[in-house]
Amino acid sequence: MGLHEKDLNAIFERYPAKVRRNRKKHILVVKDTSQERQQIEANTRTIPGIITTRGCAFAGCKGVVLGPLKDMVHIVHGPVGCGYYAWLTRRNKARAEDPKKNFLHYCVTTDMQESDIVFGGEKKLSGMIDEVVEIFKPNAITVSATCPVGLIGDDINAIAREAQEKHKIPILAFSCEGYKGVSQSAGHHIANNGLMEGIVGQGEMTEPPHRFSINLLGEYNIGGDSWEIDRILQGIGYYLVAPMTGDGSFETLKNAHVAELNLVQCHRSINYIAEMLETKYGTPWLKVNFIGIQNTIDSLRDMALYFGDRELTQRTEEFIARELAMIEPVMEQYKKICQGKTAFCFVGGSRGHHYQGLFGEMGMDTVLAGYEFAHRDDYEGREIIPDIKLDADSRNIPDLKVTPDKELFRLKITPEKKKELQDKIPLSNYQGMIQEMKDGSLVVDDLNHFETEEFIRLLKPDLFASGVKDKYVAQKMGIPSKQLHSYDYSGPYEGFRGAVKFAEDVAMGFVSPTWNFILPPWKKDPL
Amino acid sequence: MLDSTPKEMIQRKVGLINPAKTCQPIGAMYAALGIYRCLPHSHGSQGCCSYHRSHLTRHFRDPIMASSSSFTEGASVFGGGANLKTSIKNVFEIYDPDIMAVHTTCLTETIGDDIPSILSTAEVPEGKRVIYASTPSYVGSHITGFSNMTTGMVNCLVEPGEKEKKEQVNVLPGFVNPGDMREIKRMLKELGIKFIMFPDTTGVVDSPMTGRYQMFPRGGARVKDIQDSGSSKFTIALGFFASSEAAFLLDRKCSVPPVVLRTPVGIKATDEFLMTLRNRFIQDIPYELEEERGQLVDIMTDTHFHFHGRKVALFGDPDMLTAMTEFLLSLGMIPAYVLTGSPGALFEKEINTMLKAAGVEGKVRAAGDLFELHQWIKNGPVDLLIGNTYGKYIARAEDIPFVRLGFPVMDRSVHSYLPVVGYRGAMRLIEMISGALLDRADRDAAEEDFELVM
Ligand code: SF4
Ligand code: SF4
Repeated sequence: MGLHEKDLNAIFERYPAKVRRNRKKHILVVKDTSQERQQIEANTRTIPGIITTRGCAFAGCKGVVLGPLKDMVHIVHGPVGCGYYAWLTRRNKARAEDPKKNFLHYCVTTDMQESDIVFGGEKKLSGMIDEVVEIFKPNAITVSATCPVGLIGDDINAIAREAQEKHKIPILAFSCEGYKGVSQSAGHHIANNGLMEGIVGQGEMTEPPHRFSINLLGEYNIGGDSWEIDRILQGIGYYLVAPMTGDGSFETLKNAHVAELNLVQCHRSINYIAEMLETKYGTPWLKVNFIGIQNTIDSLRDMALYFGDRELTQRTEEFIARELAMIEPVMEQYKKICQGKTAFCFVGGSRGHHYQGLFGEMGMDTVLAGYEFAHRDDYEGREIIPDIKLDADSRNIPDLKVTPDKELFRLKITPEKKKELQDKIPLSNYQGMIQEMKDGSLVVDDLNHFETEEFIRLLKPDLFASGVKDKYVAQKMGIPSKQLHSYDYSGPYEGFRGAVKFAEDVAMGFVSPTWNFILPPWKKDPL
Repeated sequence: MLDSTPKEMIQRKVGLINPAKTCQPIGAMYAALGIYRCLPHSHGSQGCCSYHRSHLTRHFRDPIMASSSSFTEGASVFGGGANLKTSIKNVFEIYDPDIMAVHTTCLTETIGDDIPSILSTAEVPEGKRVIYASTPSYVGSHITGFSNMTTGMVNCLVEPGEKEKKEQVNVLPGFVNPGDMREIKRMLKELGIKFIMFPDTTGVVDSPMTGRYQMFPRGGARVKDIQDSGSSKFTIALGFFASSEAAFLLDRKCSVPPVVLRTPVGIKATDEFLMTLRNRFIQDIPYELEEERGQLVDIMTDTHFHFHGRKVALFGDPDMLTAMTEFLLSLGMIPAYVLTGSPGALFEKEINTMLKAAGVEGKVRAAGDLFELHQWIKNGPVDLLIGNTYGKYIARAEDIPFVRLGFPVMDRSVHSYLPVVGYRGAMRLIEMISGALLDRADRDAAEEDFELVM
């Protein structure tokens, strides 16, 4: 492994000067992480013309965070495309007790036409809300704006307010036009603000329904991930108040304020809510990672430490032991196949980090990792947040200021206890990805197509783990490729059983006989 | 599944629930991929480009490359000229395509970026080309976008050529899979007729596995051929919605007469396609094609009792639907509901005329959505559903055999390699349809009625 400066420079040389200056700041070779913090640039504009894998604010807001809420109808106000592409494409699964209250299979769009662009689309939107209420009778509705809506100035907030008066159900408006911010990240933030303002805290509950009540944040139930986590948590004796947002609902989200602890899986997409919940309701958050066996174990132990209950701790250990006994022998066979291989790991906001532990357990080294739309703290840790300079693009995303709720604020643990715990567990803290990476490995922010090709040539990874847009690029090079956004229609990959499933899928990619046919026999044996 | 869709029809006036169309740029992007060494470029914010690439990738399971002007709020306020110029510079320096095909998005259309005037001051390297099409997503559908980019090719590349026309035909295949384009080309080669096909995505979105990635694979229409299309004897536009505009423009610009035909799906439309070529080039149809046709008729006769009189609901893109409706009628089936998401009064008229001539009662709808189609089915069940992947929810909800056809098909593989056009394509369609119906018959059969031979 290890990359020579000169190889890196050779890649940069191929860029026009301006692009080179920019991209250099987004790429670093990990050096002695115990000594000093390394700085990387992130969450800045994509260079025009660069083939990026990034999406837009709308994708982050409706596509990632709002979309999975199953008992709400999500109206997309805009031309047909945006709504259409965000329709069922994330593989976020949901079960609903009442099948009439699961709207995930519906895609509702105002399908703006030219006349709406010219004369405004407000009437159309309120008409659409009326029809949605009549047809679906949802518990609540969201409205997400796409690019042209912001430009022509439709006041979606006013329309939502009026409609809410009229229909007596919450109707939340999200100004998540695609051009806001520099990536999906802006949309996560906008969605977080909206859920916090419009839903959380509106429920009847004032007390936690159970001693070990928790919320699960930043888990989107791709391929059934959160059901595996649910199985584990229930098995140990936790009570899940509100899943956010995979398999989540308006009804459960309302009461998120009563939980004793918030777990944060995907830090990037939901750290805003985690912070706000702490300020407003006094609930601390714990950074967890349920991808990988050891990560899952660590997370469970951290949770047990937080609650500090002897029986809970004991049940945790028993559960872990039982699961390990079941999965270890199976993992062993896959490990034999994967041992010594290397991986690229370039995904959205958190998986770029989360999967590295699991790869390690399979005997694989991650030689390059990166995020599509992270901020510096996802790489460097939360302590650098105060140092992050806000640029114009980030300033455009309103920060929601919350204060302790007069009635519902309840300090879940004392400041002293919190301090004490923070020395042991990542409570209200996230260390970032770089910390855990090996020296010599590469970190690349917003990896683009050109760099993907070049780095694959240089590092020759055995596995390429990324999204659908670049998956087939690697595969054409004869490198097995795994989608870490949508899992190639497989999953779940989280928790104990998920780790096994993942190892199985990756091993399958390595041993598949299909790779042997790439070179035709006449090329191997010329006349 | 779709439990909230009520049976009683609801008067809906605005918007769409479960659309049967999508926006223009994805069609434009697909068309642009049909030029050799062309990089499609989406002028707008990068989210659109990302969605279009993902969606095309899911359908074709091949890398789909396209760049974006990556707007942020500033560009949206001050106009995107600077972003586009920077993009052009970066794209040619870093990726080195021969040609860039710029299309707009709803954002750049709304702010009114004037692409031709931006391009007139952009630095385009020697020997390289930039073409463009205006593709506002609040007009038409992905089919309109495909049509606009195809028209853009004529607009930007074709020069009024020689008066003297060559013995060659232009073929605009429309929004079909590369497998279909290959089949159309094969028929033309069997006929021995010189042709120029554009866009031509064969070899681009179905490129072979070689162990080497090529950003610009071998396939695609060559720019010089597209330029030469002005000298062709005539143009065959396959599919009114996707192809006729470009053919008409070619006529206005270079006096190349257009013939607009149905997408050659099924026996009649294929016959028409071949007859048009035969008559214009005064040429015999080779035995190979006649043999295929004979085989197809043989199969149709052999199997007619499997589907005769069965009711079908079909949805998708207008050109595919008109051709498919005709084919279903030739099989003796009943296209009970035919719905497209794309707008077009002409579509409704054409299908209605066909149904009427066949004495079949059916509901026809342009600019409809799948919610409406589902409601129709709830009120009058059908034996078969034909449409893209999104139909699987209705198929499951109503327990109807389902054949995947059109764009996008994201949950099955191989479809984009195999044709549905021509006589061979028709054979394949029959296999798919009868397979779906007979699998269902077997599944539902009582044990004592479960049969080995037909
Ligand atoms: S913003 Fe417009 S062009 Fe982009 S995906 Fe949405 S509808 Fe399509
Ligand atoms: S893990 Fe990545 S892809 Fe998933 S929600 Fe978080 S940021 Fe998005």
